[in-house]
Amino acid sequence: MNFLSGLFTPQGVATIAFIMVVGVTILGALIAVLARNIFHNVLGLALSLMGVAGLFVFLNSPFLALMEILIYVGAICIAICFAVMLSEPMYLPKPPRNPLKIQGAILGAGAVFAFLALLVKQTKWVPAVERSNDWSVTTIGHYLLKDYSLIFEVVSLLLLVAMLGSIVIARGGRGSSS
Amino acid sequence: MLVFNQLQTYLYLALALFAIGLYGVLARRSLIAMLISIELMLNAASINFMAFNRFLAPHPAVGQVIALFIMAVAAAEAAIALSIIVAVYRKLKSINVEQATELRG
Repeated sequence: MNFLSGLFTPQGVATIAFIMVVGVTILGALIAVLARNIFHNVLGLALSLMGVAGLFVFLNSPFLALMEILIYVGAICIAICFAVMLSEPMYLPKPPRNPLKIQGAILGAGAVFAFLALLVKQTKWVPAVERSNDWSVTTIGHYLLKDYSLIFEVVSLLLLVAMLGSIVIARGGRGSSS
Repeated sequence: MLVFNQLQTYLYLALALFAIGLYGVLARRSLIAMLISIELMLNAASINFMAFNRFLAPHPAVGQVIALFIMAVAAAEAAIALSIIVAVYRKLKSINVEQATELRG
């Protein structure tokens, strides 16, 4: 009874929502990696990124959550869908998995996980002495165009170069082969 | 102390996401599946930045700006990688990494 009434406080509801978001993130990531059908992988990635957006809401930043959905789910996942359509047909039989490679991958990823988990557990995290409470989007804009303006411009140049480069690379075969 | 108000929770979650992505990069052979795993790893990095930003950083805007830069760089990386995948498929009629051995000496 005490547990049930605790569930309906704001904290209880928020905790349930957090556990659901975490579950969606991990489940989506597992689908993205383990499913054999490449299209299921893309859908799992989209699910996982939705979960990450939910985590960003819990981390006090709804703006970043919206950007995550807009850029990752809306742009990158759709681009990957196009690449899936332009490459190998999905009805072809897939070669069997190599069990040795799977074991090696589990071992490698497990070792990195264990090492970093130990690192997180052992480190004592110290918050900054003076912390501001300014979470507004306006401040992010000021930071982008004042303190980080050089990086902002370099990133925009990088996106332009990447766009031109991808057009050149993807078009390459067409002119020479015909 | 609520579970979503602790730094450790987010760090372990990002770690799990990173390990899943690393497993995908090591175990999968399709180039597109490897790209998907790399996106998961980049997202783990962004969760870490946002968590440190929420719990430790002196000013909360900085981590959000860095996470935005990560997204922009990830978009550029995805565009380049996908166009390379399409070009590789055109050349080799396969996107299996074990068959892309043109550069072997």
